[in-house]
Amino acid sequence: MEPLTEHTGRVLPLRRSDVDTDQIIPSRFCRRLTKTGYADGLFARWREADDFVLNDPARAGGSVLVAGPNFATGSSREHAVWALRDWGIAAVLAPSFGDIFRRNALKNGLLAVQLPDAVVSGLLDAADRDPRFLVTVDLLACEVRWDGGRQAFEVDVRARRLLLDGQDDIAVTLADGDRIAAYERGRPHWLPVFGPARAG
Amino acid sequence: MSEPRTLVEKIWDAHRIPSGSDGPDLLYVDVHLVHEATSAQAFDGLRLAGRTVRRPDLTLAVEDHNVPTDSLSITDPISIEQVARLRANCAEHGIELFPHGDARQGIVHVVGPELGAIQPGMTVVCGDSHTSTHGAFGALAFGVGTSDVEHVLATQTLPMPRPRTMAVEFTGTLPPDVTAKDLMLALLAEIGANGAHGYVLEYRGAAIRGLSMESRMTLCNLSIEAGARAGMVAPDEVTFEYLATRPRRPVGKDWDEALAHWSTLCTDPGAVFDRTVTLEVGALSPVVTWGTNPGQAVPLSQAVPDPAQFTDAAERAAARRALEYMALEPGTRMRDIEVDTVFLGSCTNGRIEDLRAAAAVLRGRVLAPSVRMLVVPGSMRVRDQAEQEGLHDVFRAAGAEWRLSGCSMCLGMNADRLSGPRRCASTSNRNYEGRQGDTARTHLVSPAVAAATAVAGRLAAPADLS
Ligand code: SF4
Repeated sequence: MEPLTEHTGRVLPLRRSDVDTDQIIPSRFCRRLTKTGYADGLFARWREADDFVLNDPARAGGSVLVAGPNFATGSSREHAVWALRDWGIAAVLAPSFGDIFRRNALKNGLLAVQLPDAVVSGLLDAADRDPRFLVTVDLLACEVRWDGGRQAFEVDVRARRLLLDGQDDIAVTLADGDRIAAYERGRPHWLPVFGPARAG
Repeated sequence: MSEPRTLVEKIWDAHRIPSGSDGPDLLYVDVHLVHEATSAQAFDGLRLAGRTVRRPDLTLAVEDHNVPTDSLSITDPISIEQVARLRANCAEHGIELFPHGDARQGIVHVVGPELGAIQPGMTVVCGDSHTSTHGAFGALAFGVGTSDVEHVLATQTLPMPRPRTMAVEFTGTLPPDVTAKDLMLALLAEIGANGAHGYVLEYRGAAIRGLSMESRMTLCNLSIEAGARAGMVAPDEVTFEYLATRPRRPVGKDWDEALAHWSTLCTDPGAVFDRTVTLEVGALSPVVTWGTNPGQAVPLSQAVPDPAQFTDAAERAAARRALEYMALEPGTRMRDIEVDTVFLGSCTNGRIEDLRAAAAVLRGRVLAPSVRMLVVPGSMRVRDQAEQEGLHDVFRAAGAEWRLSGCSMCLGMNADRLSGPRRCASTSNRNYEGRQGDTARTHLVSPAVAAATAVAGRLAAPADLS
């Protein structure tokens, strides 16, 4: 992956809590075998309403989604991340996230950043007033900046390093191959194993 | 004496591999479950990077999410493509697969346990959020996305920060008509759909000890609906007895060794949890959902709440939205809500005990004329067992459809979808907008309530039937 240090973009305010991944992309759009091609499915049901934020022409090109607490709860489908990315969303800011989504997002270079409630409310208000309201998410400095404000955030150390360096997650783990092999030699022998030819 | 530890910490410590790079430890994965809907891109990723599957012998695959439950032949072109890809990937890497049509096929979280492949103290992952189900065995089990599926295929490990721990203490005695499903819906209503965010839960208390393995699986299955990373129950005689007859259990001397180890898997007295939640269960009654997340639930005896009663602004707004989607008025008695569809199945409530509970209600009764009921066993083994017990005759005589195994109407990915604004009482785990069909409305219920509802044509408990 290309190294990623920061992103600046216009805010898309999504003033809803507990947005589940079934809303982000309904399962019937998750039947592809690729990691791309999911933009059509993004918020497919909610986009049917003309006043949905993604349909607002004044906000076209917005790339920083700001949402209520517990964003992307529910299903583990990484398609939710792929769909946001395909649409052009580069960062999501919310008071809290579904755990699996947050992991998935960072693995794909989608900056899922947890911010205090009050900060998120402030950003939502600012974006409501001004569709051109800009936010910068700085992964190097671990802070979000906007005109007149800034807020530090915490992010998983490993995910951050991988993104900043553009490193491959699996390659980093495979560098610990000897340690993994040593661990495997000590596993209890009675643990179950599977095989293609097994009966029962 | 070493420090007292929680069950989670014991499993964590036994699977932790310190990483040579900065960042979190690696967690070794004992069993990796794979299915057709979230694995294709992971296998592609391996291939692109010139990598292979490190431990095909610790990997088991099934076809469940997008297979038909009305026919042994798959006709949907996308489904055909998905299963063909999984079959090719499994063949290429030497992975054991239970394909659609196999006597052992079923929902991934039903199949693993019934094989005896999920054992106390293990780590289990799967590209599916309800992997938490397997915590019922005292295993640390959690769902992951496709990138992590690829990571596990390639390395058999996951880099993971140590999770926070939460004790969920159920005090009191569970009333006879209250099931594990009701228990969890009550907990979710109490702490909210995000109330256990990021924690690994350990369910504790005498009420848990009295639960069967099937019920414990229902309990742990729903952990994810509280935002938890995983949920677990310490193993005991009930666990060991369940495992003792399973095909993939350790045998002979191995069984004795395993059993000795399993018996150490409990939270030590004096061990400290990061948080504790207590729920008194003695006064519980059947619980059903009224909204669009599993925490929006009330006892069946109550009414649809008034959003104005919620003090939290976000909750109030969510309740308003939910009622609009569900087409419900505040104050409507839950028992007055009419349904046209009943779904009995899923990894939450598709096991033999669930089918027995529903059949016990349906025996000698027929469905309300306006109701369609789908009975979808969680696995083909469950289906066989049910047929040996004659349960299929009960369902059919009542007018319900007796189907093959799969995820079916739990997620609306396959052909079993509701079209139009249908209202469904469902034993599954998610009542999200559009989950069972674009405009479908879902009420989560226990199997007994599902069966009674099918007869009454409106939300009902068995005791409501004459
Ligand atoms: S039954 Fe439903 S929740 Fe369970 S694995 Fe299948 S789709 Fe997921």
